[in-house]
Amino acid sequence: MSPEFAVAVVFAVVMSATPILIAALGELVVEKSGVLNLGVEGMMLIGAVTGFIVTVSTGSPWLGALAALVCGAAVSLIFGYLTLSLTANQVATGLALTIFGTGVSALLGASFVGMTTSTLGAVFPRALSADPIWRVLFGYSPLVYFSFFLTFAVWYFLKHTRGGLILRAVGENDASAHSIGYPVLRVRYLAVLFGGAMAGLAGSFYSLVLTPMWAERLTSGRGWIAIALVVFAAWRPGRLLVGAYLFGAVITLELQAKAAGWSGLAPEFLTSLPYLMTILVLALISGRKLSARTAAPACLGKPFRATA
Amino acid sequence: MSLRLEPRLKPSRAAVFLSPLGAVAATLIVGAVVFTLLGYDGLGAVRQIFLAPLTSVHRWQDLLVKAAPLAIIALGLSIGFRANVWNIGAEGQYVVGGLAGTGIALATLDLTGFWILPAMILAGLAGGMAYAAIPALLRVKLGVSEILSSLMLNYVAIQLLYYLMRGPWRDPMGFGFPQSALFSLDQTLPIVVPRTLIHLGIPLALALALLVWFVMARTIAGFQVRLLGLSPHAARYGGFRENRVVFLCLAIGGAFAGLAGILEAAGPFGQMVPSFPTGYGFTAIIVAFLGRLQPVGIVLASLVLALTYVGGESAQTMIGLPAAAIGVFQAMLLFFLLASDILIRYRPRWHARAAA
Repeated sequence: MSPEFAVAVVFAVVMSATPILIAALGELVVEKSGVLNLGVEGMMLIGAVTGFIVTVSTGSPWLGALAALVCGAAVSLIFGYLTLSLTANQVATGLALTIFGTGVSALLGASFVGMTTSTLGAVFPRALSADPIWRVLFGYSPLVYFSFFLTFAVWYFLKHTRGGLILRAVGENDASAHSIGYPVLRVRYLAVLFGGAMAGLAGSFYSLVLTPMWAERLTSGRGWIAIALVVFAAWRPGRLLVGAYLFGAVITLELQAKAAGWSGLAPEFLTSLPYLMTILVLALISGRKLSARTAAPACLGKPFRATA
Repeated sequence: MSLRLEPRLKPSRAAVFLSPLGAVAATLIVGAVVFTLLGYDGLGAVRQIFLAPLTSVHRWQDLLVKAAPLAIIALGLSIGFRANVWNIGAEGQYVVGGLAGTGIALATLDLTGFWILPAMILAGLAGGMAYAAIPALLRVKLGVSEILSSLMLNYVAIQLLYYLMRGPWRDPMGFGFPQSALFSLDQTLPIVVPRTLIHLGIPLALALALLVWFVMARTIAGFQVRLLGLSPHAARYGGFRENRVVFLCLAIGGAFAGLAGILEAAGPFGQMVPSFPTGYGFTAIIVAFLGRLQPVGIVLASLVLALTYVGGESAQTMIGLPAAAIGVFQAMLLFFLLASDILIRYRPRWHARAAA
């Protein structure tokens, strides 16, 4: 294997892992606060389409990514209002958000299908990013470097800050957290907004970096894989990073095998691989012993309404 | 003055029945406004989607044909939802059910006999049930969330369909199109009202609604399902085998979805095609909620959601509304329903603002 090929493979793995990692880190924070938002796929699609539209209209992919982040957060407010203020069922509301995001993104993007735009490509000087070997370090979209920073930031926030402590307290025992004066609903609203912003940003990675174009259902179920990854990672950011790269590797294998025209396996089977692997991974980790550190937040998915 | 929500002493029965009506009304109004803002004829869209199909006899038939699979899938899902079993994989189970029945049809293409169609229908039931058994076993044996596993299997089922259509099951006489051979007369659903589109699946959906009502309301099994949903602790204390109920809920949901799949393949489609997945599996989730998880409600709700399909098609041709608009209307409907449900447990009250 030539070094150029090795670099290309690593590059491809990083590219496929990044959006899943960003979306999953957002969902991890949401779940740590005790809320289960199954609308990640819908929020990603909204991010993907709004990022694309804004980039086409303004010519600036940076503005596009910002718009994706803001719009992802904005639609997450629908979910937040229904589940937090109106105590609606979180599973059903999350599903509704995904159906909504799928429909709205297709509607908004209808007149943009097939267009191309400037991409959020490499940030480092051309001499570094274009080099076949140094590309593995310097050739990425700024969002890739952001995803590493985000992993560290989420870990540090949850583990070492007062805000993180309050967030975890709210997720583990909302009634106690409320009784000692923590604003349960406000904390959860902020977590949901953060999750929405990250899902939106992750969606824009597809339309501004990976493809870059807009097509209906562009994220093809990666939002659901991000949710499954949070379970796989046992709600810990470090393991989330590992998990996302594992999936990046599987997706890369799928694309490489298709590109090489592998005749041994049907292309449809290769497309199924990430989904099959998600199921397999969920099955494999389910047998492990749960400790307080690796179990789901105790209040995950339960509605909360202050009685006093 | 400020609006506050006060807990009710008992859930409001009026709100249980009125909130679906309120949700439909709110969807019509907000939908018209939103689509006008997006630059479409919003009022026209609402009229085309929700009223036009009701005014013609031909469209009524279409409505029943579209409503039948939605009702069948939603009836199966509602049993699970009542036990807090979240089968999100009905779309995949619908596809696999259709494929299983198609397998029988392709094997019997040269044969004749009254037994062929029943064999196809049984295969559809079994196929959907077997596909749902995967997340069911994973949940019962290993504790894997059925939400994620059943959802992932949707994507796998669609790839399986593509594979069979492009490869082994492609019709050699199909002019290169990836589709199965046309089903024979013995392999297609009989029309029950002559000179209409009303096929056997429609009375079957009604019969199933009756059956589900009977089982849920009048049998011990139905009681176990309801108790598990309302109070898992009490159910365990009462000695119910939770795993068995969970497994059965998923298996029945899968069987119903698979049945809907083969009824569509042997009915309106008359063959298997790559465009077979139509989103019924997801729409049926909305049908189940809008119908309050009750059989009668589900039958009515399936007609409402069938409107969005039938009317959505004509809105595409009449006023150029994109197909994606249907999904937006459906999601809004579910949003409004979930939002208005708070009135079941809480009473809105105006309060004089307390003096600071």
